[in-house]
Amino acid sequence: MVSARERASEVAAQVRDPEMPMLTLADLGVLRAVDVERKPDGGEVVVASITPTYTGCPAMATMRDDLVHRLNDAGFPRVEVRVVLDPPWSSDWISERGRAALHEAGLSVPGPARRAAGPVALTLGPVRRALACPRCGSAATRLVSEFGATACKALYTCTDCLEPFEHVKEI
Amino acid sequence: MRHHTTGRRTTVSDDHGSIFDGLIGGDSAQWAFGTGFEDPLAGVDTTVPGGVDHAELAAYCLMLGDDALIMSQRLTEWCSRAPDLEEDIALANIALDLLGQARLLLARAAAADPGVLPALPDGSPVPPEDALAFFRGADGFRNVRLAEVPNGDFAHVVVRLLLFATARLALLERLRASADSVLAAVAAKSVKELTYHRDWAGRWFLTLAQGTEESRRRLLAALGGLWPFQDELFAAHPVELSLARAGVGVDPGAARDDVAAVLDQVLAASGVARPDVAPLPGGGRHGTHTGDFGPLLAEMQVVARAHPSGRW
Repeated sequence: MVSARERASEVAAQVRDPEMPMLTLADLGVLRAVDVERKPDGGEVVVASITPTYTGCPAMATMRDDLVHRLNDAGFPRVEVRVVLDPPWSSDWISERGRAALHEAGLSVPGPARRAAGPVALTLGPVRRALACPRCGSAATRLVSEFGATACKALYTCTDCLEPFEHVKEI
Repeated sequence: MRHHTTGRRTTVSDDHGSIFDGLIGGDSAQWAFGTGFEDPLAGVDTTVPGGVDHAELAAYCLMLGDDALIMSQRLTEWCSRAPDLEEDIALANIALDLLGQARLLLARAAAADPGVLPALPDGSPVPPEDALAFFRGADGFRNVRLAEVPNGDFAHVVVRLLLFATARLALLERLRASADSVLAAVAAKSVKELTYHRDWAGRWFLTLAQGTEESRRRLLAALGGLWPFQDELFAAHPVELSLARAGVGVDPGAARDDVAAVLDQVLAASGVARPDVAPLPGGGRHGTHTGDFGPLLAEMQVVARAHPSGRW
């Protein structure tokens, strides 16, 4: 028999990211845990834990609402969404399936994140990422800006096909 | 219009008949960011570590949070005014990151000591972090003056951000080891964001220094004008020293050499000499601010203060 926790986890894992809807919250690595807790009144509450990609991420409230609604609709009337700050989200947590979905949607996937330990080195020179244009596959790309339309993306241009594209930043 | 069935007859309530009828009430998820109150620390353990003074921890969180909030507000003023769209978006992104940091830190301040919260009308739905941002007077803010001085040209915001992000990054790198788990987590997350901010400012500093005669002239002018505000960043407030001893905070003076090393790296690469200007004493950590701070707060707070019981 499938436990309530397993069923709730399965439902929560299907909820999509509001800003990158090709990804589920689970594939993005934002959904950290789904548990079922028994409250003093005897009732069961689904507790979904999420972590922000960036501290100012304005999509957190939407994620919370989406999780609550999907779980309500799936027969879990009591849902709590908790914030987890530690450890901080890393783009390394995007799953293989998530990376494939990003690529499929025309986004460039992040490489390995910088190491967090020790003093952070300043990078004054040009940013070098080994990436390819998601449209034509050319490695001839140019960084337009490290900051894009959402907090988690940088903006690039392919110098071969001349199309702009977005790169999910390493963090 | 809504139809109500009331036993014998069906009535059409006609006290509205507005196109917004379908939007009001019901499913709040249709709104982009939801409508309910959302605690940014929902589910986070905000227990104050043993032996730590609650009021001191709250004051410390206000210092770190106010620096981020006021810097974010000044950066927000750049919206639609940057030299090109990409840099406009970059500044808005940096402002958003800092606003996120401010929100967590102000919420942490209120959780540590609700005594820091300004008075609001009974039943006001304003969440604690908003109460701190929008309902404190100037003397209640603990930010350094570097964050609040008025904006200038593009070189000014580049220099200000370089000085600000370099110091904040060095401070928060150390704060990752804080005995307060909330501060440690916020610091660990913020360090990743500030790394991008500092790199952006450092690259633009280099670009402007080695660009045209005019860009270099403007950069040097901004550097000379802002450099004196640096001293305040490293002058420890008694609360900072006390919490540093408790393993919860960081003595900003301890980060001074690291900051100088990074700035020297930028200056050397840019062919710019370290400014030889006298430091300006500052009392931002004690609530003493420049004359330009009042108008900044007025603009930031006016709508919230006009509707202390408003729901957004």
